Amino acid sequence: MRIALFADIHANIHALDACMRHARERGATRLAFLGDLVGYGADAQPVVATIAAEVAQGAVAVKGNHDEAVDESRSYFNEAAQAALAWARTSLAPEAARFLRELPLVVHDGPICFVHASAAAPERWDYIDSPAAALQCVDAAGASYTFCGHVHDQVLYFGGATGRMNAFQPKPGTAIPVRSHRRWLAIVGSVGQPRDRNPAAAYALFDATREEITFFRVTYDAQAAAARIRACGLPESLAYRVELGI
Amino acid sequence: MDSLLPGRLVAGADVDGFRIGECIHAGGNGYLYRVSAPAGRDPGFPLVMKVPAIGRGQPSIAIVGFEIEQMILPALTGPYVPRAVATGDVVRVPYIVMEWIDGEGLAEIVKRAPLDAAEVARIGATLADALHDIHTQDVVHLDLKPENVLLRPDGRAVLLDFGFSRHAGYPDLLAEEQRFAAGSSAYVSPEQLHGVRSDVRSDIFALGVLLYELATGELPFGEPSTIAGMRDRVWREPVPPRGVKSDIPPWLQEVILHCLEPEATRRYQSAALVAFDLRHADEIGLSDRAQRTATAGFVRQVGRWWRHARERTAPLATRADARTAPVIMVAVDTENPDDERHPALQQATRKLISLEPDFRLLCVSAIRAAPLGEGDTLDETASGKHLEHIARLRQWVTPLGVAAARTSLHAVESANAVDTLLELARANHVDLIILGAPDPAQARFAWWRSVASGVTANAPCSVHVVRVPERRPE
Repeated sequence: MRIALFADIHANIHALDACMRHARERGATRLAFLGDLVGYGADAQPVVATIAAEVAQGAVAVKGNHDEAVDESRSYFNEAAQAALAWARTSLAPEAARFLRELPLVVHDGPICFVHASAAAPERWDYIDSPAAALQCVDAAGASYTFCGHVHDQVLYFGGATGRMNAFQPKPGTAIPVRSHRRWLAIVGSVGQPRDRNPAAAYALFDATREEITFFRVTYDAQAAAARIRACGLPESLAYRVELGI
Repeated sequence: MDSLLPGRLVAGADVDGFRIGECIHAGGNGYLYRVSAPAGRDPGFPLVMKVPAIGRGQPSIAIVGFEIEQMILPALTGPYVPRAVATGDVVRVPYIVMEWIDGEGLAEIVKRAPLDAAEVARIGATLADALHDIHTQDVVHLDLKPENVLLRPDGRAVLLDFGFSRHAGYPDLLAEEQRFAAGSSAYVSPEQLHGVRSDVRSDIFALGVLLYELATGELPFGEPSTIAGMRDRVWREPVPPRGVKSDIPPWLQEVILHCLEPEATRRYQSAALVAFDLRHADEIGLSDRAQRTATAGFVRQVGRWWRHARERTAPLATRADARTAPVIMVAVDTENPDDERHPALQQATRKLISLEPDFRLLCVSAIRAAPLGEGDTLDETASGKHLEHIARLRQWVTPLGVAAARTSLHAVESANAVDTLLELARANHVDLIILGAPDPAQARFAWWRSVASGVTANAPCSVHVVRVPERRPE
């Protein structure tokens, strides 16, 4: 079974469509959405509608901090992010807003734990930005595989012999063997707002049968996504971040 | 969880459908059994199952190494590694089923050392081929030694035991086990002693140790049992091979000491270049390395130690970087020395090699083997003809100003220039072929005309086709 892992979609329907097509062409039979479906981008409604339809057919989805903030305003977002959230509140249909509100923070499924930020305290939205943070997360997750987002860059953490976690920078397109007797934490990268100066959308594909994970970068029409942001009157910075991948 | 394979297996036992046969090796690291495949899963070649020794007294490094081999071996293809067929869960039933190679162990051959130079070169070239092949697949072996090499009956080397290896696309499970991760003490490179596990040139150093051993019957740095003992090689020069055995030819010493340079940046930058030099012994440019018969003076060695202590160079990773010292082949039509395409071909070659700090240039002329051309008569002897074409090649390449050590000239009699060029390109790990485009205006080159298209269609590498700009009719 191959599970496609999509995180930080951020209301970018152009990127999400491209990644879902890419994953299905590579045999994805199950989809998992790892939070932050909305925020920053212009197309919250089509993104949430697409994901809700997939969840109705068995896909996994968890809540991100931007999804939470649609309902409960948070002061820690910057001005541009606040503007995008305000836009999401007005553009989301009531059932889409309800879908976001009812998303779980964590989903456990056999050897896998799906979460947006850290499984250690998912509601605190802590960033996994070090092997120590990764260790806290996998200790709390209690699973062979923890898949998450929140941090927009792709990283694979793996458990070593001493019990610590080690960070590895995956090469897109390489199928990495991830045997289940070790603990693995994959930060799958951002579909809708990559920040490593490469505008290509990021996601990962986990093959549960072969115990392999492959990280991907997918080129899509970032100009179109940026044009939608401008057309909706959102701050210019959100548009060029998508165009430039920053 | 207890392993289901707690030690030796008995013949006739069944492990995931594989029937255990004779135990053909039992050592400190584990066991090798002949096995037969389950019905319907016979891959068509004989199989062997490798099972690690696990349990009390076994270092944890052994099982991590086994896990690494389980990750890397199935990812490798080609004739220089055994084909992996199946792996067992590393916790429950750790094993690897792989192709059984019916070959002679290099460890047996080393016992007959010193070998004559031609045999050392032959074995060294196939070893370098094998290393280049895995390097281009993103893998550094990091534990090259006689016990880990077999020679197939056709002479090709097969690399075994990838338990210390590194795949550039996979996490390094040994990253936090540096105190163990250094390979075998006689063959380990200076940078591995500092925990570098990603440099293809580490394998080239180990190849140098092997060549030294095959040529002299001795190990250049002995077999130190402590890390401090191993560190000597960082600055101490080995006794030059010709100081051990005076009849070793200078070219072989040149290759060996070039591989054994303590600083990776001063070594061969690609195993393909080692293979190339070992196959073109008479064209190796000799430096002062070739003539030494004693180690450098104390002052120079201390200077080297000081430099090493201060500087660390970045490792040269696999694949893309394995090609940083490319082998470039240019096909020169010496049958038609006045062809107007020659200056264009020379200019293109000059430009392309000027982009490379390190390279090898093969100049090839595929000359007609039989009077196939219209009305051609062979009024020269074969060897006379050969020398004539070599001279023309030399004349062709001289204006480029390339050091003789970097060029080699080949005039090959051939009924089919395309096949000859492709064969040479494959055998020499050529990264780029430069050749002239066919010229439709000149019917007398009919024999040569299809060469560019044939080579382009089937080349194992990039092809640069040079065309003289067409002169438009007024």
